[in-house]
Amino acid sequence: MSQDVEAKVKSIIVDKLGVDESEVVADANFTNDLGADSLDTVELIMEFEKEFDISIPDEDAENIATVGDAIEYIQEKS
Amino acid sequence: MINLKEKNCLVTGGSRGIGKSIALTLAKAGANVAITYASSADAAAEVVKNIENEGVKGISYQADAVQFDRAEEVISDIVENWGSLNVVVNNAGITKDNLILRMDEKAWDDVITTNLKSVFNYSKAAAKPMMRARGGSIINISSVVGLSGNAGQSNYAASKAGIVGFTKSYAKELASRNIRANVVAPGYILTEMTENLNEKVLEAIKEETPLGRAGTPEEVSNVVAFLASDISSYITGEVIRVDGGMAM
Repeated sequence: MSQDVEAKVKSIIVDKLGVDESEVVADANFTNDLGADSLDTVELIMEFEKEFDISIPDEDAENIATVGDAIEYIQEKS
Repeated sequence: MINLKEKNCLVTGGSRGIGKSIALTLAKAGANVAITYASSADAAAEVVKNIENEGVKGISYQADAVQFDRAEEVISDIVENWGSLNVVVNNAGITKDNLILRMDEKAWDDVITTNLKSVFNYSKAAAKPMMRARGGSIINISSVVGLSGNAGQSNYAASKAGIVGFTKSYAKELASRNIRANVVAPGYILTEMTENLNEKVLEAIKEETPLGRAGTPEEVSNVVAFLASDISSYITGEVIRVDGGMAM
């Protein structure tokens, strides 16, 4: 299951931000490393919510800054 | 010319006055129209009936516009039922006029929260659905009073000026997602809100209006329909006065 989450999260990021899969490593920061603007990050969160059928409140979303953050948060939630 | 077919619209404060006229004009142009109302349930039901008479979908929600969570609920419900939300018209508003020297804290707070916070509530709740839909149009109803000030209406003027600043910020934040946000600033329009003004004030207003008369709610709602439609697709962050030339 956790492998699944990781792969899915990464593929959403690749798709949404148009980056190469090799760049999507655990400590890659959406804004600083992957070139996301603030709305891109909001859309990423929305995409995670849809894909994993979870709800991510704004105060949690603010703490999801890296690929690793996202994977860890979603694994805990789903 | 203005075609709103397939567009799902929400008008806050849509049971009376300018909001009612906006709801009906959007419906006539082919849009499905949801309205919110604070207390006039019968009037809201009547508006929904008139909307449906245009052969489109209509629905009403009891919602105090100041309630943040309720805005989210209303918009989620529209998206669930109609599939998307394309247009939000923030129209809900009240007046509690008094000279600053006599204005109490409550009159200030009530007007600011009802008129300004409500715009934040519904615009924020609409942003995600509109991002998903890859576009949308927010139309916020301000007032010429927000542009030029008015003795006895400092709270109302502040709330309406606040709407202009909010709308321009919103337009800048969401432009890259094809979401537009504009302001319509009516002048003196014949509605329930203005019928309480005394004769002397009315005469003075007419004198200040180059076109020499009060406006009708339809003259406001036609501009709203234009901004809701795709023919205004290159207009965002704009303030359009509908005031007979009053504030130019």
